[in-house]
Amino acid sequence: MKPQRFNALAPALAALLLVPVGDAAAADGRKIARNGTNAGAPACKTCHGMDGAGRAAGGFPRLAGLEAAYMVRQIQAYADGTRANATMKPIAKALSASQARAVATYYADQKASGRKPDGKAPAAGRRLATIGKWSKTVPACNACHGPGGRGGGADFPAIAGQHESYLVAQLKAWRKGRRTNDPNGLMAAVAKGLTAKEVQAVAAYYARQSAP
Amino acid sequence: MIRKARSIALGTAVAALALPAAAADDGAGKSYTPPRPPGDFTPPPDSAIPDGPMGDMIRRGRELFMHTQKLSGDYVGNGMNCVNCHLDRGRKASSAPLWAAFGMFPAYRGKNDHVNTMIERIQGCFRYSMDGTPPPADSKPMVALLSYHFWLAKGAPVGVALPGRGFPAIDKPDKPYSVARGKTVYERECAICHGSDGGGRKAEGTWVFPPLWGSESYNFGAGMHRINTAAAFIKPNMPLGRPDLTTQEAWDVAAYINSKPRPQDPRFTGELAQTKKRFHDHMCLYGTEQHGRTLGAPDGE
Ligand code: HEC
Ligand code: HEC
Ligand code: HEC
Ligand code: HEC
Repeated sequence: MKPQRFNALAPALAALLLVPVGDAAAADGRKIARNGTNAGAPACKTCHGMDGAGRAAGGFPRLAGLEAAYMVRQIQAYADGTRANATMKPIAKALSASQARAVATYYADQKASGRKPDGKAPAAGRRLATIGKWSKTVPACNACHGPGGRGGGADFPAIAGQHESYLVAQLKAWRKGRRTNDPNGLMAAVAKGLTAKEVQAVAAYYARQSAP
Repeated sequence: MIRKARSIALGTAVAALALPAAAADDGAGKSYTPPRPPGDFTPPPDSAIPDGPMGDMIRRGRELFMHTQKLSGDYVGNGMNCVNCHLDRGRKASSAPLWAAFGMFPAYRGKNDHVNTMIERIQGCFRYSMDGTPPPADSKPMVALLSYHFWLAKGAPVGVALPGRGFPAIDKPDKPYSVARGKTVYERECAICHGSDGGGRKAEGTWVFPPLWGSESYNFGAGMHRINTAAAFIKPNMPLGRPDLTTQEAWDVAAYINSKPRPQDPRFTGELAQTKKRFHDHMCLYGTEQHGRTLGAPDGE
C-alpha cells in the first residue's frame, strides 16, 4: 500500500517541480490578458490586444516587446497616482504585485506586427530623435531610448513603433505635470524643452520606425 | 625660456576658461531652466556642407567623430566615441566644441612641453581619452576628422579664444571634494545611465551610455581624470538632459568617478611613484590609496 501511494504521488510531485517558474508566470499572465482577474481587473486584450499591438484610435499603447520591469513600474505608477490616468488607475489597483509581473512578462514576450501609419514624418522628427535640440539642453531621444529608439534597458523604454496618438499624449502629460514617475525627472526635462509642433513631429517619426 | 612660454600658455588657458559661468543657480533645481549656452559663434548647419570630395570628407569626419568605435582595434582602445565628451557632435558650447578649438592651434601645451598642431591635439585625445594609438597625420581618418573640425570653425576668427571654448571655469567647492559624498551623488544621479559599476551600458551591441571607469573608459593620462576638469565638464553637462548639480556635488562626483580604476597612463615609466611625480602634478588621485588599493598600480602590486 505504502509504496504504491508513494509511486502515485511521485510523478505529480516531479511534474510540479519541473514547471519552470517563468512558464508558470507566462501562463498566468496570458490568462489575465485574456480574461482579467477575479479581483475585477478587466481583460487587457480589450484595449491592448492579445498580441499587445494596442490601438492607435483609443490611445491604447503597444505593450508587445516592452521590458517587463518597465511595465511593472508603470502599473505601480498608475496605482499610486504618479502617472495620472482614469482608465488605467482602477485596473492597476486591482492587480496584485505578482499578477502585474505575470502579465507584464507575458506582454514583454509578444511580437505584434503593428502596421505603420501612412505618409512621412516631418524632418524635425528625425532630427530630434538622432541629434536633439541642444539650445534647450534636449539630447537626441536615441541617446536614452537606445539605437533607433528600440530601448535602452528597463529604465528607458522602446518608443519606436509606438502609436503616434499615444506618444503625443505622453509628451503632453509630462509637459502638463500629469506624468511624474520618470526617474530623476529626466523625461520631464526633455518634454518641457519641446514645442507642440516638435512633439507632433517626433511622435510621427517614431510611429513610423520598426518596434523592437 | 621655457618658464616664460609656460606662463604665456597658462595665461591663454586661464583667459579661455575664465568665461562667465553658465547662469544656472545651485538650488539643485526643482524648476529647472537650462542655462543659456554662452558663445556668440554659431557653427554652420549640416545642410551647408558642400557636395563633392570636400563635403564627403567632412561628412566622413562627422561620422567618425560620432561613431569613433568604427576605428576600434586600429586607433581606439576603449569603448568611447569623441562625441561622448564633445557633445552635440562637437558643437555644444561648454563641452570643448571643435569650432572654438580649430582657430587656437598651433599652440604650446604644458602637457607635452612643445607647440602642438591641431592634428597633434586630436592625436592626444586618441592616445588618452580613447586609450588608443593615434592615427598618423596623413591617414584618412585624421584627414576626415580634421576636415570636420575645420568645417565647424568656418567663419570663426583665428587666434581668438571664443566664449564657450573648453569647459567653463567652475567655482571652488565650499568644502574640499569628497569621494564618499561623491558616491552618494553618483548612485542617485548617474548610476541609472552609467551603471552602478561605472561600466556604461550597451544596447543591440553598441554603446548607449559610455563607461566612466574600468577597462573601457578613458585612461589615466586623459584630461577627464583630473578632478577639476571632470567637475568643469559635469557641471554644465551631466546628468544628461538635466544638468543641475550644485557646484559641490559636481566636485564630489568628479572625485568619485576618478577614484576608480581605469587603463594605465601610456606614459607609465614602469614605476608608479616616478610616473606620478613626472606626469601627475595636478589635481588627481593617481597613485593614491582608494577603495583599498593604490590607484594606477599595475596588477599584483
Ligand atoms: C479600457 C482599456 C484598457 C484596458 C482594459 C487596459 N488598459 Fe492598459 N492602458 C490603457 C490606456 C488608455 C493606457 C494609456 C494611459 C496613459 O495615457 O497613461 C494604458 C497604458 C498601459 C500601460 C503603460 C504602457 C507604457 O508604455 O507605459 C501598461 C503597462 C498597461 N496599460 C497595462 C495593462 C494591463 C496589464 C491591463 C490588463 C490587466 C490593461 N492595461 C488593461 C487602456 C487599457
Ligand atoms: C535623458 C534621457 C532621455 C531622453 C534624452 C529622452 N527620454 Fe524619453 N524617457 C526617458 C525615461 C527615463 C523614460 C521612462 C519614464 C518612466 O519610467 O516613466 C522615458 C519615457 C518616454 C516615453 C514614454 C514611453 C511609454 O511607453 O509610455 C516617451 C513617449 C518618450 N520618453 C519620448 C521621448 C522623446 C520623443 C524624446 C526625444 C525628444 C525622449 N523621450 C528623450 C528618458 C529620456
Ligand atoms: C540620462 C542618462 C545619463 C545620466 C543620468 C548621466 N549621464 Fe553622463 N553621459 C550620458 C551620455 C549618453 C553621455 C555621452 C554623451 C554623448 O555621447 O552625446 C555621457 C557622458 C558622460 C561623461 C563623459 C564621457 C565618459 O564616459 O567619460 C562623463 C564624465 C559623465 N557622463 C558623467 C556623468 C555623471 C558624473 C553623472 C551624474 C551626475 C552623469 N554622467 C549622469 C548619459 C547620462
Ligand atoms: C573622455 C572624454 C574625451 C573624449 C572621449 C575625447 N575628448 Fe577631446 N578633449 C577632452 C578634454 C577633457 C579636453 C580638454 C578640454 C579643456 O580642458 O578645455 C579635450 C580637448 C580636445 C580638443 C581641443 C579643444 C580646445 O579647445 O583646445 C580637441 C580638438 C579634441 N579634444 C578632439 C577630440 C577628438 C577628435 C576625439 C575623438 C578621437 C576626442 N577629442 C575624444 C576629452 C575627451
